[in-house]
Amino acid sequence: MEQKELHDLALTAARLRSMAMDEVYTAASGHIGGSLSVADILTVLYFHAMRVDPKNLKDPNRDRLVLSKGHTTPALYAALALRGFFPAEELGLFRSIKGHFSGHPDMVNVPGVDMSTGSLGQGISAAVGMALAGKLDKKDYRVYAVLGDGEIAEGQVWEAAMAAAKYKLDNLTAFVDVNGLQIDGATADVMPSEPLDKKFEAFNWNVIKADGHDLAAIAGALEQAKAVKGKPTVILAKTVKGKGVSFMENNAGWHGKAPNDEQYAQAHAELTAVIEALEKEGK
Amino acid sequence: MGEKIATRAAYGKAIVALAEEYPELVVLDADLASATMTNGFMKAYPDRFFDMGIAECNMVGVAAGLATCGKKPFVNTFAMFAAGRAFEQVRNSVAYPHLNVKIVGSHGGLSVGEDGATHQCCEDFATMRSIPGMVVCCPCDGNEMAAAVKALLDYEGPAYLRMCRLATEVFTDTVPGYKFELGKGVTLREGKEVTVIAVGLMVGRAMQAAEMLAGEGIDVRVIDMHTVKPLDTELVIKAARETGCIVTTEEHNVIGGLGEAVCACVSENCPVPVVRHGVEDTFGRSGKAEEVLTHYGLTAEGIAEKVREAVRRKNG
Repeated sequence: MEQKELHDLALTAARLRSMAMDEVYTAASGHIGGSLSVADILTVLYFHAMRVDPKNLKDPNRDRLVLSKGHTTPALYAALALRGFFPAEELGLFRSIKGHFSGHPDMVNVPGVDMSTGSLGQGISAAVGMALAGKLDKKDYRVYAVLGDGEIAEGQVWEAAMAAAKYKLDNLTAFVDVNGLQIDGATADVMPSEPLDKKFEAFNWNVIKADGHDLAAIAGALEQAKAVKGKPTVILAKTVKGKGVSFMENNAGWHGKAPNDEQYAQAHAELTAVIEALEKEGK
Repeated sequence: MGEKIATRAAYGKAIVALAEEYPELVVLDADLASATMTNGFMKAYPDRFFDMGIAECNMVGVAAGLATCGKKPFVNTFAMFAAGRAFEQVRNSVAYPHLNVKIVGSHGGLSVGEDGATHQCCEDFATMRSIPGMVVCCPCDGNEMAAAVKALLDYEGPAYLRMCRLATEVFTDTVPGYKFELGKGVTLREGKEVTVIAVGLMVGRAMQAAEMLAGEGIDVRVIDMHTVKPLDTELVIKAARETGCIVTTEEHNVIGGLGEAVCACVSENCPVPVVRHGVEDTFGRSGKAEEVLTHYGLTAEGIAEKVREAVRRKNG
């Protein structure tokens, strides 16, 4: 990837984080920790890898994304707004009775959302169905699913994993946002999911490990996944929950909590500083 | 006497017969193709058949994904696993986004027989009709099933179709003026004194009960309510007004199914006595299908008893 594109992606990711924070602060509820950990993954998908057109929402040949870890909606909605699916100002109504931006992704009311999700473990199955339809129709679109590492405990994830391997869905790439934390604490304590690589390998998936905050590494992993034939790929993306906000990083307490005024001011300052630095650097 | 065929067998034939006309039809099963009778489709259209293994929750989610891409997936397993185990997948992945997935539950009710209570699902109408926007349909014979499959292929949206394991007589093909329309009950027999509203396997038994009761001088109307949701409220209210009392009969718990739907409609619009006939809030047991049905009173005589009670209450 060229330095210019990398810089632009970094700036987009920084803006996305700031918008996600604004959504949660304005709504006074929502899942900020996982939104910040998944921000770079969604940035590379929507602004580098995926073939989508906000002016042609129902294009049958478009790439699809299923946010199986649906609670990190603030990041998804921010990505869609930045990508031009709807005006960013509308996100002021996130989780509001006055708007149509529900707490979890809603494919009926929010332009650009490919699947309604939120109940953990279910999104990956829908992604398998989309990839299966692509094979059936001999279309070349790609399907992406993003899971959380806590979500991995759902049995349905492994039912879907078996099915994806059975049907050789090499048009399907799943990310696991391995931030190591879930509501009740460390994933290693709540329900140990490791070794994720060996598990997915045993389920006949191609496994790639990447730094989930290294934009070039994420893009590289996606390129590798595209080249693999005959099996689906999972990218195990090591991330930091709360990434980009000092007091939220690696703190399970920020899974589903909104910041108060003071906390927001600090978070906003930290996230804005990154945006400004990148903007300055770009000039 | 018409031929005997299980609604699951009629379904298996119908999906094969309609496959060319509906190229977007795809069929998913969970290792039960020979029991749900999707195996004919599997052989005829292997590219459009997906055996998802013993993993019903994933199967429903995969169907949802297929539907987002324009396919018309029919998902098949036993009623217990479709409407029970995968309830939440049906609710959240299919019905909430209003996707065009048909959930087909075979082996509904007690007539499963020998397999016993674990496989005798008498709660599927209740769970499925509680989901916003779900259509719930249970045809009474092979002829009606074939019509229902076509209607569901033409209907865009989530629906639950219950089928029966037991072979039963086909009779709707000889009913004058019979026409299948989703959401519209069919008056199979006119009557002035009491109406029996039946669904599925119990429709044939309701017709037998009406014949028996005619001999006792009770004039019974029989309605085949193949669509439990949306309920044909117009036909129910008309029956309440014209006959003054109603008996409902279903191979389902009396809680949550057709009986309660009719009770709600009647009490809100035209209160008259309604007596519910069905499985009395209990689990089933093993036995030959007819033995089990008889044990729980799901017979023509069982219906007749409730009809006499309804008429007594009306005249009381």
